[in-house]
Amino acid sequence: MTTTELDAVSTTEDQAPTPRTRRSWQRTIHGSPWTAIAFAAPLVIYLVAFYAYPLMRSVDLSVHDYNIRAFVQGDAEFVGLANYVDVITSDLFQPALWNTFLFVGVSILFQYGIGLALAVFFRNNFRLSGVLRALFLVPWLLPLIVSASTWAWMMNSDSGIVNAFLLAVGMDPINWLTSPDWSLTAVIIANIWLGIPFNLVILYSGLQNIPGDVYEAASLDGAGAWKTFWRITFPLLRPVSAITILLGLVYTLKVVDIIWIMTKGGPANSSLILSVWSYREAFGTGQPAFSPASAIGNLLILIALVFGLIYVRLQSREEH
Amino acid sequence: MAHETAAKKRSTWWKTALGVVFTALMLFPVYWMVNVSLTQRGDLRQNPPSLFPTDPTLEGYRAVVEQQLPALGVSLLVGLGCVVLTVALAAPAGYAIALLKMRGGRSLNFILLVAQMIPAVVMSMGFYAIYVRLGLLNSLWGLILADSTIAVPFGVLLFTAFMSGIPRELLQAARVDGASAWRTFRSVVMPISRNSAITVSLFAFLWAWSDFIFASTLARNAEFVPVTLSIYAYIGNNTTQWNAIMATAVVASVPAAVLLVFAQRYVAAGVTAGAVKD
Repeated sequence: MTTTELDAVSTTEDQAPTPRTRRSWQRTIHGSPWTAIAFAAPLVIYLVAFYAYPLMRSVDLSVHDYNIRAFVQGDAEFVGLANYVDVITSDLFQPALWNTFLFVGVSILFQYGIGLALAVFFRNNFRLSGVLRALFLVPWLLPLIVSASTWAWMMNSDSGIVNAFLLAVGMDPINWLTSPDWSLTAVIIANIWLGIPFNLVILYSGLQNIPGDVYEAASLDGAGAWKTFWRITFPLLRPVSAITILLGLVYTLKVVDIIWIMTKGGPANSSLILSVWSYREAFGTGQPAFSPASAIGNLLILIALVFGLIYVRLQSREEH
Repeated sequence: MAHETAAKKRSTWWKTALGVVFTALMLFPVYWMVNVSLTQRGDLRQNPPSLFPTDPTLEGYRAVVEQQLPALGVSLLVGLGCVVLTVALAAPAGYAIALLKMRGGRSLNFILLVAQMIPAVVMSMGFYAIYVRLGLLNSLWGLILADSTIAVPFGVLLFTAFMSGIPRELLQAARVDGASAWRTFRSVVMPISRNSAITVSLFAFLWAWSDFIFASTLARNAEFVPVTLSIYAYIGNNTTQWNAIMATAVVASVPAAVLLVFAQRYVAAGVTAGAVKD
């Protein structure tokens, strides 16, 4: 759907009318520039009020020393970058950064690997493939609280089906959510499950754009399935892969719900990532500490922006 | 020849079987949620747990009907509010950027792409700070406004992409007939963009319905909380009633199921929109 729309964009721009007709065309169709501004004005006002202003407030929180009283009265002391320094030098910063790296890295690796394998598998149009592919979307559509609480119960130490399965195949049960050694693995498993549909759908649509005659040529040359994948599919899919992975990075960095619901970042901070740490400081304890929380959050924005800008660059290069 | 088609059939049959196995594995947690929701409370701690609801009970669902109807109502209202707000903001903006060639349209698109990348936890702190002063904490309107920020950038990008493909001749014809820009928007552009409007509405609803972060920060002490928050409260309060928790989870999944059954092509369009442009 999007593909054809965007093709249409480029063709209409290519066939720009001659200067003389263009002027009259602009006058008749576009109207005055004020018309366009009037149509976009609600959005612009909205973006300023509900994106820019909250962001500004969050920066403001991070450079002041806010406590509950100052929060209501608005007379917090200006402390500059002290909150950022406190956060970075805190004992929690390094483990949280490392956990974030593991959580994002391992999640993406498996989401992408499994998503790609499934996309290649579903490319063979077998009977029921459409229906089954649609069913694969389910985890992505469910509210996160639903998936997270289901996984939490499945990974329950005593009554969970996962441990019952491990026992049945002769392995020792694991305290998935209550052992510091396993909690990060547990939330990563749930997160991989959540991300597979997104990777599958995007990579599948990328595969659809690889022309069939390339494969025909490969099969005439006698290349096997494995060789065809590494020589043709994977290289031709590289731009789509890059975009999928970068988007996955940006989205995974933001994750709070799944970890908060399953482990709250614990036990002993073993599954604490930056976003969850920020949430916990602000809303997770009885004593909200908005200033450090927003400092962590703003650091997170900086990290996300790096990947985000690479993504935007790649995407605009793709368009040309 | 006949031999070849038979072989072909056998190979697809084999793939279908494999596909069914993969799908079953993937959907096992969903099955498990349904299974637990039908389990008697006394059997919940049974070890090993029963793979099938052999002695099903509806007590979990009775608890949903008795306790969760207000929460479901709140979620419905928040979802619908977000749909209206998102479409009302995004469709005219898409029209301005795509068809009225608004100046700065490209930079606006860039801003929207970046806006989608801001973590909700940061937004929620900003909103909290603002809402404390305005007295909007724990209000339905406050939650609708905050939740709408999830879908508005997506909506504008989707409408812009679609409307860019509308043939100029149509607009020209409307203009010749003396239609104003507003009239053209309402009577020509919007009817053509119906599918995009449906996709945007579905996602705006689903995301607002599923939201946990804004609800748990901006509406946690509300008189009526949305269903995501009430499931969360459930988990915290009585860990013995997992059948009721899972029954609520099943009910909270209904919009997703409805979407998948009735609007699957819009879903796929929404997932790929903005991600793959080539």
